[in-house]
Amino acid sequence: MTRGPGQLTILLSVAIVVAAALAVLFGESAFDAAQLGQAFTDASSGPAEVLWAVRAPRAATALMVGAALGLSGAVMQGLLRNPLADPGVLGVSAVAAFGAAVAIVLGWAALPGAVETAALLGAGMAGGLLVLFSARVRSPEALILFGVAVSSFAGAATALIFNLSPSPIALAEVMSWLLGSVQNRSWVDVAWVAPAVLASAVLAAFAAPGLRMLSLGEETARTSGLPMARLRLLALLAAALGTGAAVAVAGVIGFVGLAAPHLVRTAVRGDPARLLLPSALAGGLMLVVADLLARMTPTDQELKLGVFTALVGAPLFALIAWRAAREWRL
Amino acid sequence: MNAFLAMWDAEARLGGRPVLDGADLLVEPGELVALVGPNGAGKSSLIRAFAGLLPLTGGVARLSGDDVSIVSPRARAERAAYLPQERRIAWNLPAVEVAALGAPFLAPDEALQRARRALDEVEAGHLVDRGVAEMSGGERARVLLARALATEAQALLVDEPIAGLDPEAQLMVLERLRARARAGQAVLVSLHDLPLAARFADRVAVMHQGRVVADASPLQALTPDVMEQVFGLNARWVEGPDGPLLSAGRRHSAPD
Repeated sequence: MTRGPGQLTILLSVAIVVAAALAVLFGESAFDAAQLGQAFTDASSGPAEVLWAVRAPRAATALMVGAALGLSGAVMQGLLRNPLADPGVLGVSAVAAFGAAVAIVLGWAALPGAVETAALLGAGMAGGLLVLFSARVRSPEALILFGVAVSSFAGAATALIFNLSPSPIALAEVMSWLLGSVQNRSWVDVAWVAPAVLASAVLAAFAAPGLRMLSLGEETARTSGLPMARLRLLALLAAALGTGAAVAVAGVIGFVGLAAPHLVRTAVRGDPARLLLPSALAGGLMLVVADLLARMTPTDQELKLGVFTALVGAPLFALIAWRAAREWRL
Repeated sequence: MNAFLAMWDAEARLGGRPVLDGADLLVEPGELVALVGPNGAGKSSLIRAFAGLLPLTGGVARLSGDDVSIVSPRARAERAAYLPQERRIAWNLPAVEVAALGAPFLAPDEALQRARRALDEVEAGHLVDRGVAEMSGGERARVLLARALATEAQALLVDEPIAGLDPEAQLMVLERLRARARAGQAVLVSLHDLPLAARFADRVAVMHQGRVVADASPLQALTPDVMEQVFGLNARWVEGPDGPLLSAGRRHSAPD
């Protein structure tokens, strides 16, 4: 018997608490026991500053971004009935990043929320395109190819911005988006991203019965009596909001949306509805751990989180594709 | 006029090509009607039109007196369950949860109970907890049929339910559908196997080029003339121990 979803949720939650504690306690500046004690007793001390104003919001941002990506991945996989669907693979992150890049280059970064809104709009647009395409073409392989096209086009459009932009400062800022990071994120970032993730989760929860029904295919779902048009829209909004929020606060971080649902799917016996919460938790856990590992890796320049997840995630994508291909009898 | 499923002069197109071209059909509660015809005759299109999946460009399709296109999704599902030919299930869900998708408006426990009953009904009780990816095609077909039966809709719209099944499973599926008809449901099922259609159906509707060209009791519908014009077969029916048997050859068979 596999572990039930309830046990899995508890297990993941405990792991998140442990990982978050490690992420707060360990970092580039190593503290001894006395300094750590000081961090808990004297709020104005240096160690307290590092733990609570630098590491804690960073870990919280990683948790929120990972949860948003894990949830978005699970929603997209359910919506498109495809274990390879992922905001990054299908181009949602790339279009969101393009939106953010346009906003930065146009100098809107000074307007609060402008870059974030541009990222969200980009994510929504890409999500809409994918749903339109998947409504007309059933083949899962074709959808991945379409996502690759969307992703490449958004990448090319972003490259065009690099090509034409006169300002090197804006370019550096765009570049850091594309690499993906939660470095130097503050509680303000957490306060911005948390409600978006929560809203995405609520939308996803409403859409869950529709995702489950879609397991049987588009036509059966349409005759099931559920209001599928509305549920699809909710699911799409949930995925776009989750991905958009993640990209808005941390840039492009790939493969978490692919890997998180994959890790917990067996425990929920494939059910796309019960997959949602564990995927969000697994995504959050993965990103907190990945960020800790990226920080602790001894390199001159800190390893960017997006680079790290892509290095680990791309081989995993290949593995899942290998397994899925056997199922589709390619 | 108490036909539960009613279609008059239905016209529909797919990709610019007419797939229904003046089709008429009535199915009463308690009746099993087999829809037969060569590939591309419009059988699936007619079934999909009743399910609300194929909009008509002319004529009407009604469920219990109401135009399919104006019935709400939920009311439509309560009136007619649709079982497509496609048997792909996206995830490795256990059989009982697939069958429970037939009753999405019940409380989870009740839906699972109903799913177990439906799985027993199609002799798949032993599969309850098995994942659909670990099943044979025939087992998956039973589970999907159980899903359709678990809806307890007033009509069943079943597209090619026995394609690819072994002979025993084919008989089981048709027996179950006939039993549902006897219990009062209106059952419309498309079939390629004419002897089985003749054996199990109350009526056979023969489709040809988007139209129902014959609609009567099996042997009255599948006359030698119809067999020749619609199917291109030189055929005659002979009485077998379990029902009529078809003796048929191609009209234009290649020389040996």
